[in-house]
This record gives sequence, structure tokens and C-alpha cells, in this order.
Amino acid sequence: MSAPAQVATGNVIGAPIERKEDMTLLSGQAQWVDNMRLPGMVYFAVVRSPFAHARIGSVDVRPALAHADVVAAWSGDDLAEDWNGSLPCAWLPTEDTNAPQHLPLTTDEARYVGDGVAVVVATSRAAAEDAAELVQVEYEQLPAVTDAEDALADGAPLVHGGFGTNRCYTWTLESEGGVDTLFADSAVTVKERYRQNRLIPNAIEPRAVVVNPLPAAGEFTMWSTTQVPHIARILLSGLVGIPEAKLRVVAPDVGGGFGSKLDVYAEEALALAISRRLGRPVKWTETRSEGYTSTIHGRDVWQEIELAATAEGKITAVRVRLVAAMGAYLQLVTTGVPLLGAWLYGGAYDVQGYSFECTTAFTHTTPTDAYRGAGRPEATYAIERAVDALARAVGKDPAEIRRLNFIREFPNTIAAGLTIDSGDYDALLERALENVGYESLRAEQATRRSNGDPKRLGIGFSTYVEMCGLAPSKILGAIRYGAGGWDAATIRCLPTGTVQVLIGTSPHGQGHETTMAQIVADRLGYGVDEIEVLHGDTAVVPLGMDTYGSRSLAVGGVALYFAAERIAEKAKRIAAHRLGVGVDDVEHMRGTFTSAEGSVTLKEIALAAWTAHDLPDGVEPGLEASFVYDPPNFSWPAGAHVAVVEVDTETGLVDLVRYVAVDDVGTVINPTIVDGQVHGGLAQGVSQALYEEAIYDEDGNLLTSSMTSYLVPSAAELPAWELDRIEVPSPTNPLGVKGVGETGAIASPAAVMNAVVDALVADGVTHIDMPATPEKVWRALEEARA
Amino acid sequence: MLAPVGSVSLTVNGIVHDLELEPRELLVYVLRDRLGLTGTVVGCDTSSCGSCTVLLDGESVKSCTLLGVQADGREVTTIEGLAENGSLHPLQESFHTHHALQCGYCTSGMILAAVSLLAENPHPTADEIRHALEGNLCRCTGYQNIVDAIQAVAG
Repeated sequence: MSAPAQVATGNVIGAPIERKEDMTLLSGQAQWVDNMRLPGMVYFAVVRSPFAHARIGSVDVRPALAHADVVAAWSGDDLAEDWNGSLPCAWLPTEDTNAPQHLPLTTDEARYVGDGVAVVVATSRAAAEDAAELVQVEYEQLPAVTDAEDALADGAPLVHGGFGTNRCYTWTLESEGGVDTLFADSAVTVKERYRQNRLIPNAIEPRAVVVNPLPAAGEFTMWSTTQVPHIARILLSGLVGIPEAKLRVVAPDVGGGFGSKLDVYAEEALALAISRRLGRPVKWTETRSEGYTSTIHGRDVWQEIELAATAEGKITAVRVRLVAAMGAYLQLVTTGVPLLGAWLYGGAYDVQGYSFECTTAFTHTTPTDAYRGAGRPEATYAIERAVDALARAVGKDPAEIRRLNFIREFPNTIAAGLTIDSGDYDALLERALENVGYESLRAEQATRRSNGDPKRLGIGFSTYVEMCGLAPSKILGAIRYGAGGWDAATIRCLPTGTVQVLIGTSPHGQGHETTMAQIVADRLGYGVDEIEVLHGDTAVVPLGMDTYGSRSLAVGGVALYFAAERIAEKAKRIAAHRLGVGVDDVEHMRGTFTSAEGSVTLKEIALAAWTAHDLPDGVEPGLEASFVYDPPNFSWPAGAHVAVVEVDTETGLVDLVRYVAVDDVGTVINPTIVDGQVHGGLAQGVSQALYEEAIYDEDGNLLTSSMTSYLVPSAAELPAWELDRIEVPSPTNPLGVKGVGETGAIASPAAVMNAVVDALVADGVTHIDMPATPEKVWRALEEARA
Repeated sequence: MLAPVGSVSLTVNGIVHDLELEPRELLVYVLRDRLGLTGTVVGCDTSSCGSCTVLLDGESVKSCTLLGVQADGREVTTIEGLAENGSLHPLQESFHTHHALQCGYCTSGMILAAVSLLAENPHPTADEIRHALEGNLCRCTGYQNIVDAIQAVAG
């Protein structure tokens, strides 16, 4: 596809319009799944394994059935007939990928703490939870392995014995041009090893699901706290054996996701199966502590990165080896997460040679899957920290080494093989340096050092580029993903002057109702308040690929742009007919169709199209158009972030005192919403760097098993963000948009950790792993002092 | 089923409710399940997240840490009771204009915590706001706009 011309936009695109979706949320009128109560509804609770690895003997549900309020209780074996196969994993990256059976309730072994073994259904949630404790399960505890590298060692306990190994797959990517030779010929090499801490997503709304069956019709409606109603419908239809056309999935208001609701979960399948067995509405709501083991985790990767460079610090080649934990089973895109970063370990830098290898392993832990950034925070972290290590090795300032290595020509086909369509990395860095006041910070840092101030100052960079807007379907096919990456939009101009917009993306906080309305308002001249954006219900919007991977605007928004073009095209024919001129004699600008004979508005045309009293020959009644857009490339947001930290060398406490972000996310539709997305991503990335880590003991017990022992940051832990932007419109799509949902989470861990190391490098500390807790920092200083 | 403890009388958003409650019934479930006030939501089971924050006699409490029976004879305000005469409370309005909510799940609790804060400290600094909100978690906004929204109302 050749680059389309950028469109002229009016004052709606780029305007900080207040969100259309706020009023119900602010008034306590949001439609959360857990609010729903239907006549005759029953509730279920899942009996979960307290052991990370155990053979399951008998499962006796009779004591639960004796409870007065219990309706039914079933073991995994009892329900085994209800499933056509496993909970779905959509991505098997290699032909020899080991994909284990994954039933909604396990039948043979429990493979992580939280693995479901039985289900109890009762007339109240409290009774279901009470009675679940009465189910007698015979467990034979077996040895467990929780670390991915340990899992690959000889003699490790096997998560799935049938494979004879804990390896899931190994995937490699190597550029032409002899990476080994580039390393052999290089003047300088650096080799670093990093840990990507395991994270618990913690969307504030716990998961919940309600199913209402219509037994006589064989129909089921499922309301779920999901990011992916369309994908869930297709995959659950297959798993539970309900014809796709008989299953309606609704994602009403959804309270955050960050990837954790981008899954098809056991409890959704259970709710469908139970409602089918009982012929009654059924509901399940997760408790938070239950969610800590039963909702996916993120990250958990060991990274080894090597850079080859000239004596001046010009990088010639990058070599990366990962060992990534899958957890006990494969969820929807568990396998694909490390690969979403596979092209990005060269960062924003012009390198010739690139070698990437990822080995993945099963462990007796909660499955991992996509968590905000998914693969790209990991890649950014590794290359950005390694570039700082290289700067130290060649004696250069971290800003200078970045300038020396930036990609400057666009489009640019990187050594890893994909093509970055646009960017201006120098402009981003120079703006960030200016905004943060780099020189005076360096001066202050030196002053503190010479004065022996125990609070060291550290300045850390992250000059990232990421790939999002998932994704060109052809590329997804080539890397063995099970679906396409297109999205769909429909515009329906109603006869009374308002518009329905149907989008295939499924927001859960991102403000699509406002942003998408702005696109339609800009193209077709309606007021933003005259546009209703509908989403998240497969009966209302049958076609969509949902929301993840910063794709909603870069794919769904562009589909909407093209649907508006189709509306304008049809309306122009009707306008020409009404004005008595040729179609080519009509000009369209934002809903007004003008010729020498006069003008008509889109609203007038919508009414005329509905009455259909006088339409030109061959024109169908009604004014509605759809478009399915398959992006020809990923989109490539980039930015320069600078973290400024104070590190107390006496206590090890890191205080993030400033955070400056300059991002290029392409054309901005709504700057307020974009800022909000960056804020939220930064909070999560900073928190990965400083606060969050899921920790298992050697038996596979999750020690950080609730919000009391896992630090989800509050307002008190985070700084005021200092944001700025440079807009380099993407030439790949006519809106010029690039996506913004994940940039903050992708960029910030590296910036913060580079700042922590920068603060302490004069004290001899060159490495600390995330999260940089006071204890970890203090120990690193003690080691350096010793 | 545990035996009810008898009558409890509580006032919610100005309306008196006489209820028969189980001894273990938490206030948040009384509000949600018995009174249908689903603007108060549950985000955790450890009194950590603050999503269920309501006002009890004008002061913010986490309604998951109180038994329904403890609210006997007291006055509860939920998010549904905050707007007056069809107009949003200034904090609701300010959260809207400052984009201080994204998914909205923490918003009811966050706003009620802010109402309580401003009643105690009408002109807090940004730092005081941040510390006062320590018991209310938001995973979407990164807090900056929440702090700004509250400060704008405080003046």
C-alpha cells in the first residue's frame, strides 16, 4: 500500500474534548458485570488447589451437596464431557511448540496454586464460597519448580510429564550479515543479564461473568469483564460447543484490563457449561485474593543481551537470549508475549546485525500472558540498560551515545526485518534534555558527590521505539498467530440527525466513545454529542478484534475513517441528485455538500436516504457504511523519557523526584485522553521498576498473594508527570495515528533503573534488578563498598 | 444460613431503611445487594483498594471493613447521593473536567475519599492530597489528574 496523503483536519481532531463516557461512571450508574442479578440466578465458587503441584486422587463433592443452599457441585472429571478440547491458546510459534491440555477444571494434577479442581453452585455467592470449603480433595503433593531457568535444568519436576521436558518452544530470529563476525570484529562488547520481575496486573475491577441461557432456543448471553468479547465468543463457542451464532458476548463497563482481561478464562467456560446444565442464569465474581492466582500474571523473563560496538561506541550488532516463563498452562497469547518484543531489542538504534533467541518454559505458577506492553517493555528495558552499560564502557555520556546511534532515515528497515515508517528520535531527545534541564542536573549531581551528600542524584534515559497497532494480518499469519489483526467500524446516519457508530474495539477506560466520535465529527460534521459510539456487544457489533496492543485507534480508528469516506461517497451521489448536478460537481466538507446550485447537509441527506422517496437510480435506501481495515504495517511510537531519582545511600530508598516524557504517538486526536494514557502507563512502568514483584517460595506458594503484600502504588508513591509531545504523523494511515496505550509502561522501567544506576555508579554500583527496593539498593551498595 | 440479628435502621442518602441483616453481612453488600446501590463497588478483600469507600456520618470509611449492623442508627452517603438537585457535586464535575477517571471503577470511592479529605482539610497541598488518598488505589490514571481535580475544587 502506498502512503496515503495526510488528511486536512478541523478543530475537532486534536481538541481536548471532555469524555462522553464520564457521566454514568461519576454518578454510580456504571454497568459493571458484578451489578447484574437475574431471576433464578445461581452463583458458583471454584475449589482451587492449595498446592503448586499435586496428583489429584478422589474429589468428593457430597459434603458440599449436603449444604442447604447448594444446587450442584462437580469435579473436573464430572465436567470433562462438557469441553471440546482445551482453553484456547491462539499462538503456537513453532511447529513443535508443546501445547498442553488445559481444561477449565483440571482432572489429573494440580499444576499451580489456584488451579481449579471442582466447582460448587449455590443460591448465593456466600453459600457457594462456604460450601466450596466442604469439598474433600485428596492431593498427593509433588515437587514444584517456579523459575523458568530451573525448569529447563535436568531433573526438574515436570509440569506436563507427557512432554518429557518443561520446554514449551524455542524461537529464533537472525539478520543476514554475520552477527558472529560483527561481534568478533568489534572493539568493544558489553554483556548484561537482567531480570524482568513477575507482575500482577491488578485491574481494580475483579473479574466477573454472568451467563443467561435460553434453553429452548439453545441461546446463551454472556456478560464478562473482558477486553475481547469478539474473540471470546468465537473461542468459547468452540470450547463449550455452542454454535457461534447462538452465543452473544457482552462486555459492559469494564473496570480496567491492562492485558489481564485479554484472555478466555476457565470461569467463562464454566459459567456457560453450568448454565447449560442447570438451565438457569449463573454468576461468578472473583475475590481479589483469588484473582492473584487465577488471573494471568505478566513478565517473568530472564534476559541476556550483548552489544558489539566500535571503540567510539557505535553499535554494530545486538545479540539477545531470553528464557521466559509461561506458567503452568498456555492462556490466549502466553506464548506470543516474548515475541512481541523480538524485533525491538535493537531499540531506536541503527545496528547491522541482530540475533534473537527465546526459549520458554512451563513452571508451577499462574500462567503469564500479555500485561501492558507485552514483550516491548522487556525489549526496551534490555536495550536501554545495555546502551547505558556501553556508554560507561566507552566513557560517553548516555545522551551522547544515543545520538551516536539513532536511526535517522525513514522508512527504515531494521536489522530485525521490519520497517519503521517514521520518527524523529533526535528531536525527542533534545526536547527531553531541554525540558529536564539536563546540564544543571548533571552539575547538581556532581556537587552532591563532591559534598558527600548521602542522597545521590541519578538521571536515567529511555529513548524507546515500540511497535503497536496490532497488526497486519499477513505478518500475524507468518508468525503463526491464529487470527487476523484487522478491525471494523460502521457508521449509521439516522434520519433524525444523530449517528450510531459501531466499533469493533472494546474499551475499558481508554475513552473510545469520545475519541472515535471526534473522528466522525471531523469527517462528517456532526457534533460530538450527536454521535453515539456502540461497542462491546457481539449482537450490536458483530465484527471486531477488540482492544489490546495499542491497536484501537491505529486500526479501529482508521477503519472508522474509511467508513466515513464511504458515507461521504454515497451522500455525495444523493446530494448531486438533489442539487441537479453531476457527482463531480459536488464538494464535500464536514457534512456539507456544495455545488454551484446550492448545498445540502448530511443530516438532510440522511433523512432523504431513509424516506427513499427520491433517490438516484441504483442507490439503496438508508445511509450506513462499514469498513474493515487491515493495517499494512505496525505503528511505531517513540519517545525520550528522563527519570530523575534521589537515592539515599544510607537507607537504599529511591525517590523518583521528576519524570519527563516526550513522546511521538503520531497525530493526537484528543490530547487530554492521550495524556491520561501516558500517565497510567508511566505509573505501571515506574511501579515495575520500584515496587512490584510477584514472589513464589520454593514450594510454589505465592507469597505476594494479596494487595497487602504486593505493592500496588498509591498517589503517595508516584510523582507529578511532566509530559510533552512531538507529532510525526504516521505515513501508514490517513489519520497519521500511532497508538499510545502502552508507551508509558514500555519506556519507564528503563528510565528509572538507568537513573538508579546512574546515581550509584560513582559508588561502584553498576547493576540492580527490578524492583529497586530499599533493601536491594542497600545491599548493592554494601557489596560495592566491600 | 445464619440467623438474622434483627432490625437495623440506617439512613442511606437521606432515606431510612429498616433491614434484617445477617451478622456477617458487610456494609458494602447491604448497599449493593439489598439496596441496589451498585455505585459502591468491591475491588479487593483486604481493605486495601478503597473502591468501596462511602461516607459514614460524613467521614470516609471502607464499607467492606464495616458490618452492616455497625451502621445501625447512622447516616451513609454513597456516590448516588452526592449530586444535589440534579447537579453534580463539584468534585464529580472536577473529576470530569480534569480527566481524573478512565475505567471509572475506583472513581466512586476516590471521590468520596476526596469529599472527606476536603471536609477535614479544605485547602490541602498536592502532597497532602497524595497522602490522604493512600488508601484508594487507581490503576488507570497514574493519579496526577485526580490530584489536580481535587486541588482545583479546594482552590
